[in-house]
Amino acid sequence: MTAALSVTGLRFAYGKDGFALRDVNFAVAPGRFTALLGANGAGKSTLMGLLTRLFTPDQGDIRVCGHDLRRNPRAGLAAMGVVFQQPTLDLDLTVRQNLTYAAGLRGLGGRETASRIAALLDRFVLSPRACDKVRLLNGGHRRRVELARALLHRPPLLILDEPTVGLDAPSRRDLVAHVHRLCQEEGVSVLWATHLFDEVAPGDDVVLLHRGAVRARGSVPDLLAVSGASDLAGAFQALTTEGAAA
Amino acid sequence: MMAYLRALRAIIWREMLRFLHQRERFVSALVRPLVWLFIFAAGFRAALGISVQPPYDTYITYEIYVLPGLAAMVLLFNGMQSSLSMVYDREMGSMRLLLTSPLPREFLLLAKLLAGAVVGLVQVAAFLAIAALAGLTAPAPGYLTVIPALLLAGLMLGAVGMLLSSTIRQLENFAGVMNFVIFPAFFLSSALYPLWKMREGSEWLYQLARCNPFTHAVELIRFALYGRLEPAAAAWVAGATLVFLLLSFWAYNPARGLMPRKAGAGEG
Repeated sequence: MTAALSVTGLRFAYGKDGFALRDVNFAVAPGRFTALLGANGAGKSTLMGLLTRLFTPDQGDIRVCGHDLRRNPRAGLAAMGVVFQQPTLDLDLTVRQNLTYAAGLRGLGGRETASRIAALLDRFVLSPRACDKVRLLNGGHRRRVELARALLHRPPLLILDEPTVGLDAPSRRDLVAHVHRLCQEEGVSVLWATHLFDEVAPGDDVVLLHRGAVRARGSVPDLLAVSGASDLAGAFQALTTEGAAA
Repeated sequence: MMAYLRALRAIIWREMLRFLHQRERFVSALVRPLVWLFIFAAGFRAALGISVQPPYDTYITYEIYVLPGLAAMVLLFNGMQSSLSMVYDREMGSMRLLLTSPLPREFLLLAKLLAGAVVGLVQVAAFLAIAALAGLTAPAPGYLTVIPALLLAGLMLGAVGMLLSSTIRQLENFAGVMNFVIFPAFFLSSALYPLWKMREGSEWLYQLARCNPFTHAVELIRFALYGRLEPAAAAWVAGATLVFLLLSFWAYNPARGLMPRKAGAGEG
């Protein structure tokens, strides 16, 4: 079965010696929630920039649902929905206008898209706010709009770059639960970058990124077994200590 | 094909909505050329005599002479302001949203430029309408024939702005660029005075102004406003548009361009 996302031998450097990523390999299996776990400075945002084709890797391949992002970027981008770390909504446009714009950007339109937008607004309990300017929404609601926007074109792969930054605890829990449900109920494959251990559920897969390299990958029980720790925080600590095996 | 049209429509629609929400931007886009027209030009009309020169068939007042130059000034400010919004968009991330669309990146950037040019066109229309109310008019068909000239000039200035936006790291650096781009482009052109007049003052300034793409944008608009096509100006503007476009495509190309060096890319 083709992986939703596969990253092979990825290398990227800023300038001559500024290595941000070295030989990064991992995959996101179809319908799985994969957490990309790493501290600040681990290289998560650089990896996200490469995955969303903000820039291209010095070496290595990225395949989205089998499409090589270097050779066939349009098919790769068409198969992914992205929630960026920084807010990317137009604050002065309404919720519906933001979604309509995003749909248009992907070449979608017409009645079917309008009903898709209505369904997503319903799903994320945003229908009463559809005609409000985004500026009037709180952080949690704004994130939900961004999540709805990322799902407009029914992508098989959803990439989220630290989506809970700046959210209060209830909004954070709400978003994490929403995205886990997307995996379970609709079979969407998810790559969720974070540095917060409590966003990872026991049944999730984990890719542990540290100083630009993958230190460990596997299911949560795998990581616990390898590290001998009793929880994910302990496993992270053990696996990122210098000299720890990959 | 449908996908392209939908994307183009969405990008223009968003740009217009944003423009309509920024009333201050619209007001200042109008007040700026009107101040030049009704205060500066009124003061200068006595100092500068304009002889009969194409496309004008007769002696004209100075206000009539500067009208196309001020229309071009509106486009110049709009082009730079669009690039300011692109720097803002990039810092705010909405440029990233644009660039994750599966449509070709060149098309998306061109659509964004076209959207900026349409906004510029609306501003110029409002400016010319107010000037017409004050009795400063061009021949009626000129208001139609000037539209393609304004769009092309708007594209060229937008492409300059886009190129600048790709090389400017932060919003704060933008003010300096405004001074180094807008003022030289405007004053070293035929917007405020005919080039032969400038030649009387300085030969090398005249030569510089002759090579300034903005001069040709002004002349393209001036002739078009009188229903005439100035082929040399059209060729200059089209050529400059192409060069600036290709350069900004290069700058926004993920493999070869300048994006990896951008702030924010290396965090986390």
